[in-house]
Amino acid sequence: MPMTLAEKILARASGRHSVSPDQVVVARVDLAMSHENADLVRKSFLQVGVPRVWDPSKIVIIFDHRVPAESEKTATTHKAIREFVAAQGIRNFYDVGRGGICHQVLPENGHVRPGMVLVGTDSHTTTHGAFGAFATGIGATEMAGVWTEGELWFKVPSTLRIAVEGEFRPWISAKDLILRIIGMLGAAGADYRAVEFDGSAIRRMTVASRMVLCNLAMEMGAKVAFTPVDEVLLDYLRPRTAEALEPIAPDPDAVYESTIELDASEDLWEPQVACPHSVDHVKPLSALGDVPVDQAVLGSCTNGRLEDLEIAAMVLAGRAVHPRTRLVVIPASQRIYRDAMRLGYLETLAAAGAMIAPPGCGPCVGVHQGILASGETCVSSTNRNFLGRMGSKDSLVYLASPAVVAASAVAGRLAHPASIVKEIPCPVEV
Amino acid sequence: MSGGSLTLRGRVRAVLGENIDTDIIYPGRYLNITDREKTAEHLFELAYPEIRPALQPGEFIVAARNFGCGSSREQAAAALKFAGAGAVIAASFARIFFRNAINLGIPAVVAPDAAALCAPGDELEIDLAAGQIRNLTRNVTISAAPLDPRAVELVSTGGLIPYLKRKHAAAS
Ligand code: SF4
Repeated sequence: MPMTLAEKILARASGRHSVSPDQVVVARVDLAMSHENADLVRKSFLQVGVPRVWDPSKIVIIFDHRVPAESEKTATTHKAIREFVAAQGIRNFYDVGRGGICHQVLPENGHVRPGMVLVGTDSHTTTHGAFGAFATGIGATEMAGVWTEGELWFKVPSTLRIAVEGEFRPWISAKDLILRIIGMLGAAGADYRAVEFDGSAIRRMTVASRMVLCNLAMEMGAKVAFTPVDEVLLDYLRPRTAEALEPIAPDPDAVYESTIELDASEDLWEPQVACPHSVDHVKPLSALGDVPVDQAVLGSCTNGRLEDLEIAAMVLAGRAVHPRTRLVVIPASQRIYRDAMRLGYLETLAAAGAMIAPPGCGPCVGVHQGILASGETCVSSTNRNFLGRMGSKDSLVYLASPAVVAASAVAGRLAHPASIVKEIPCPVEV
Repeated sequence: MSGGSLTLRGRVRAVLGENIDTDIIYPGRYLNITDREKTAEHLFELAYPEIRPALQPGEFIVAARNFGCGSSREQAAAALKFAGAGAVIAASFARIFFRNAINLGIPAVVAPDAAALCAPGDELEIDLAAGQIRNLTRNVTISAAPLDPRAVELVSTGGLIPYLKRKHAAAS
């Protein structure tokens, strides 16, 4: 029977020849990831009463939401997790200063491979579909079940195919594409479904850009999302793992629930912005008028990677952050931080007046490093703009691409990068 | 939920709109609270602060589609449970929230027309396994999706942890 990527992976993980949508299967889990909420998982796991986790080599724990500890409460949580990790022999543990945001650290260190079933106690675990994994978010209690049994039930999702052909216009990025799609489909537009992105525009993208698509697919409700497992991806993975890499592809005659076709050059004329307070409230930049900005944030598991810092450095080189605006830059991982330092991006950004914060989630979830006051407006390269997400419930968050964030920091208002930089950027090589 | 019964009876505390996200249910700034009982204090704190102090044990929250979209934070479901909500009824749920609710033993009932056919204060009777809601105040029946037998089992055991505990105690 022909199968989509999600169907193929679940069939294999549940020991069947084939599966079809709506079937419920119990799948073995290849990788189980948690961040600080490992503490909640730990508490539930201890209640179950089994002494050892099912397989410590398949658990990865990464501190990212509150690093370094911003309060005594968090310090205590971190400590409890460190002790648990040592007691259980969990070797894949990334402490403060050793990792970064979980969704960056996992692939960067070769933990994710095509064909895996990966669960994480974080909704943006869908990001790992960019590496060909069936990767999805679960809650802490359910993770305690995985730590106990190493398996989990799934309803096989039907698959939505999104084919994007053509070439992006200057300044248009993966972020603009996925915001446009979320705007079209709505916050529940892919609920419970798998999404397969494909087409020439996707295959030309860097791995970092593909991660943006799979990361934000969550914001339209996707259970999992995939970009192609091709040579671009395998080139990224080979130096990072000693394990065999198995290419995996949907069958040519796989059955899709529906297919959406887009032309990058025709359907995406200008940068897209998600307006307060929902990710599907998307408008083209030019429709927004004059929006003064108090804070600009560049970072997160969506857009805190080297190519994002590179384009921001290009926009900000020799310029200054507008006096009315604060720019906070957070590299997504320690490795990106070091690369950006070596390549001079951090120097350029700091010289322009950016504050460089340590690798981690930064202010994305509203706990530290750039909380918004009542009445303030922020433009951010992150993935959520819900009411009160980054601070006061009376603050406004606009989500946009790194280039728009950087341009807006210079202009002090939402701005198109072409209004700041006259030369057209060359395609980013990473 | 009392004594493993699969019929719930109670009043509607609030009827909410669509896309009630997890930051609205439980703000991110309180995610370092890992004591589940304490999460109840911050239920709906930013957008609907009036709900929690008024919520009586066993009362229902009703909403339009895509309830619980956004983060995987289990505190959103835990806050509802420990604030005393008897069930959440919505036109649809975001998948992680749905699983979290069931895993914590709080029924999440899918009923497309519930938000249109209920008002705060209405008294409802819900048959979880059959997928039927009676609005006793208005004398109308609201159709709902029957809860999957696996979910019924989890809800009536009080959630995944008591379920696993029982299973592993029996095995050892
Ligand atoms: S960067 Fe933001 S969205 Fe990504 S994992 Fe951290 S808190 Fe979640």
